[in-house]
Amino acid sequence: MARQASKSSLLFSGSDWDFKTLSRAFDAIEALAVEELHLDTYPVQMEIISSQQMLDAYSSVGMPLMYRHWSFGKHFLHQDLLYRKGGRGLAYELVINSNPCIVYLMEENTMALQALVTAHAALGHNHFFKNNQLFKQWTDAGAILSYLDFAKGYIVRCEERHGLAAVEAVLDSAHALMDQGVFRYHRPPRLSSERQREGLRERLEYEERTYNDLWRTLPPSQQGANDKGPDPERKKSLNLPEENLLYFLEKNSQVLKPWQREIVRIVRVIAQYFYPQRQTQVMNEGCATFVHYTLMNMLFDRGQISEGAMLEILRNHSNVIFQPAFDDPRFSGINPYALGLDMMQDIQRISTKPTAEDRDWFPDIAGHGNWREILLDAWADHRDESFIRQYLSPALIRKWRFFVLGDTADQPHCQVTSIHDERGYDKIRAALANSYDLGAKRPDIQVVDVDLLGDRHLRLQHKVNHGILLEDTSRDATLRHIRRLWGYDVSLAAVDAETGATLHERSTSQIAE
Amino acid sequence: MPIFIDRRLNPKDKSLGNRQRFLRRAREELKRSIRDQIRTGRIADVDAEHAVPMPETGTAEPSFNNAWNSGKRQHILPGNKHFSPGDLIPKPGGGAGASSPGNTASEDDFRFVLSREEVLDLFFEDLELPDMVKLNLKEILAFKPRRAGFAATGSPTNINVGRTMRNSHGRRIALRRPKQEELDAILREIATFEEVPSSAATRQRIAALREELDRLERRRRRIAYVDPVDIRFNRFDPRPVPNANAVMFCLMDVSGSMGEREKDLAKRFFVLLHLFLKRRYDRIEIVFIRHTHLAQEVDEETFFYNTQSGGTVVSTALEEMHRIIDERYPVHEWNIYAAQASDGDNFAGDSERCIALLNDKLMRLCQYFAYVEIIDEREAHIFGTTENGTSLWRAYSAIDERWPNFQMSRIATPADIYPVFRQLFGRQPASLKRA
Repeated sequence: MARQASKSSLLFSGSDWDFKTLSRAFDAIEALAVEELHLDTYPVQMEIISSQQMLDAYSSVGMPLMYRHWSFGKHFLHQDLLYRKGGRGLAYELVINSNPCIVYLMEENTMALQALVTAHAALGHNHFFKNNQLFKQWTDAGAILSYLDFAKGYIVRCEERHGLAAVEAVLDSAHALMDQGVFRYHRPPRLSSERQREGLRERLEYEERTYNDLWRTLPPSQQGANDKGPDPERKKSLNLPEENLLYFLEKNSQVLKPWQREIVRIVRVIAQYFYPQRQTQVMNEGCATFVHYTLMNMLFDRGQISEGAMLEILRNHSNVIFQPAFDDPRFSGINPYALGLDMMQDIQRISTKPTAEDRDWFPDIAGHGNWREILLDAWADHRDESFIRQYLSPALIRKWRFFVLGDTADQPHCQVTSIHDERGYDKIRAALANSYDLGAKRPDIQVVDVDLLGDRHLRLQHKVNHGILLEDTSRDATLRHIRRLWGYDVSLAAVDAETGATLHERSTSQIAE
Repeated sequence: MPIFIDRRLNPKDKSLGNRQRFLRRAREELKRSIRDQIRTGRIADVDAEHAVPMPETGTAEPSFNNAWNSGKRQHILPGNKHFSPGDLIPKPGGGAGASSPGNTASEDDFRFVLSREEVLDLFFEDLELPDMVKLNLKEILAFKPRRAGFAATGSPTNINVGRTMRNSHGRRIALRRPKQEELDAILREIATFEEVPSSAATRQRIAALREELDRLERRRRRIAYVDPVDIRFNRFDPRPVPNANAVMFCLMDVSGSMGEREKDLAKRFFVLLHLFLKRRYDRIEIVFIRHTHLAQEVDEETFFYNTQSGGTVVSTALEEMHRIIDERYPVHEWNIYAAQASDGDNFAGDSERCIALLNDKLMRLCQYFAYVEIIDEREAHIFGTTENGTSLWRAYSAIDERWPNFQMSRIATPADIYPVFRQLFGRQPASLKRA
């Protein structure tokens, strides 16, 4: 009798899935997530795709809609090769930060995997997208799909009007600056709505219609050349220094045509959209992994998942969170799934079963008891860097056996500076947090000066931290791209962040085309 | 309850456009690497997929990157087993950090596979069937009438009634041709006046009306309802229809004098030719003729893969070709091309017959005739560029001088095939020079 009851309470049996089972599993998992973890999610749209379509989605930066560009074709070839060689399995799912939240499920997945993926993506990632501060402030989940639709259509129309090569050239240059095309510290302007875009297009068309080439032939005003305003005023009027190179070029370049400006803007908006994702890898994956692990175990405890299915789920789970040591040939950096899950489970442990050390380090949360609340707050407020700085515990540092290696370029040796001991905890925590700080990791390059009335020479500054310079070939190539968008000479000065001394300067006039 | 969408049946290859853009961008480099691969001896493999290295130029995606050989940085690594603070670890290799990404291979360093179609496309770029276009335009034989507006002259069967009546209507309005209704109205008025008892006034009135009626009728007769100037005809323009029917004759010597090597080289040449033709022209027929001392038409499979033994009489193949042209490919409907491969051996005295056949008959019929002679590698040094050689070569030299649409070339090694092929079928046949 009891056996009968437990059998009927199973969400699914066997490995085949159909839409009815998927739907029943989703409802059960969602109910549990809301009830037990207090998750708050966007409505979900699940799309079943084949492996080929998954590869397609990979190569267009994971978006369902994307404009066409050769670099996506190149990435596709690379992903395809890795997949075919078996070097890398495909993700079981792909999730898009949009409202409704789109989750792609692979058709090859078994039902157990589909349940795992539902908990992971449709609830874990979904909750994170909806509640994390960075996503809330910096991306507009409701507008992104319609914006991409607009972008794709706009670029197709540009290709028809101006030719593939011309559009490709602008995209190439804009892509080179994607890393420098985001606002790191102040909020980006909202994605414009349909109507505003319509208005913008009309304005551009009006400008094109009324364009008069004669104005270009007017002699330059003598007055303007003479009363060259003092530097500070000029910089102020252009809002300099400016860290968002794409934004600066889009607004101030003298050579870009209206449609080119719009393309630069499209690339910038997309770069901005992905910026929060890059800052929250550990948290995002950790949150999703924690959610799926917790929910699956709960379902198993309630007898809603069979032992066989649970075994399969656990096997996949442990593959995902596999973390080889640094000297293992399989080591390729720290696995964000593993680190995220460990930290979140550690928070759970600290709040329920704290040790004396935990009480010392985390007086706020040790023994607090309500780990759900602490995690919900952490998921909402933090990015990787601040999360690690706040919550990485000595116990976890010992478990992972972290150590810090100091690497100075001109020395033949690396030096171990800290290990997992009393003196090292703080330093390891700070070093690990810093390594997730995109702002500090990325080269800091800003527009510092340009004389729009004079030779229009665009001056960029690279603040050199810890003596880390730029790689020469790619720097020159990127400068060429900036010159193409700017239309006049561009120079990049490397300035030491501490001493303020100029280390060297590179101008496009020195670089052969 | 989530929304489910089944996307599995959606069109695949969503990124095909991106792939095409990428291949176009890397075209030159891909072309070079495919030609290098094929030059190294596997011509029959052209018709397959090829793995090519990622091109270096044109596909880089630069951005500002930190140089891995400068400055001070920290690596945080898991899995410490025996290190203590202060331990020194020698850097591996070029001085980068223990696990820095600088050591890993760049993402661009890989090979990828081009499909058969893409390979052929790259491989046969710039090649054209000689004189095809030019002769088509010169020898337009078929015309097809096409509607082209209206004309004032033409045959009665082509009268355009609609146009004609429109003109007629306009003219009648412009010249104010009296309408039937006006005449009827006057007649009715006369009738009413005639019914009442006549008086001087009514008689006068009737006379005036009759006069008016008479005037109108005269006018009606003068202004025709449909005048010859109204008539319009449908105009037809004869448009030339390009006569793109083409037939390619492949002639090969399969006699005993052709060793395995020679046959192999000849076959490779024809395989290439065959692929090229199949690729470039949708409507082309290919006739395979092999000969020993007897010639016979065979199918593709037999031509390439079956062997036979016997003597060598080249003229039999030419005769067979002539017979087939007479039978199936009338010259005014078909563009005729021929390619012949042989080791140059021929039955004594037959070469003269070949010359006669070509001069008198075939060269007049053919748009283009290519002769490829397979020679020994050692002979290549001796004959290289001279006009001396086998009996067939000497015989054909005479034809070569006389007919501009005759080309001949020698092949000694597999590596020669592709250059010779390009030379024979290059885009500007006029500027070709023989090797």
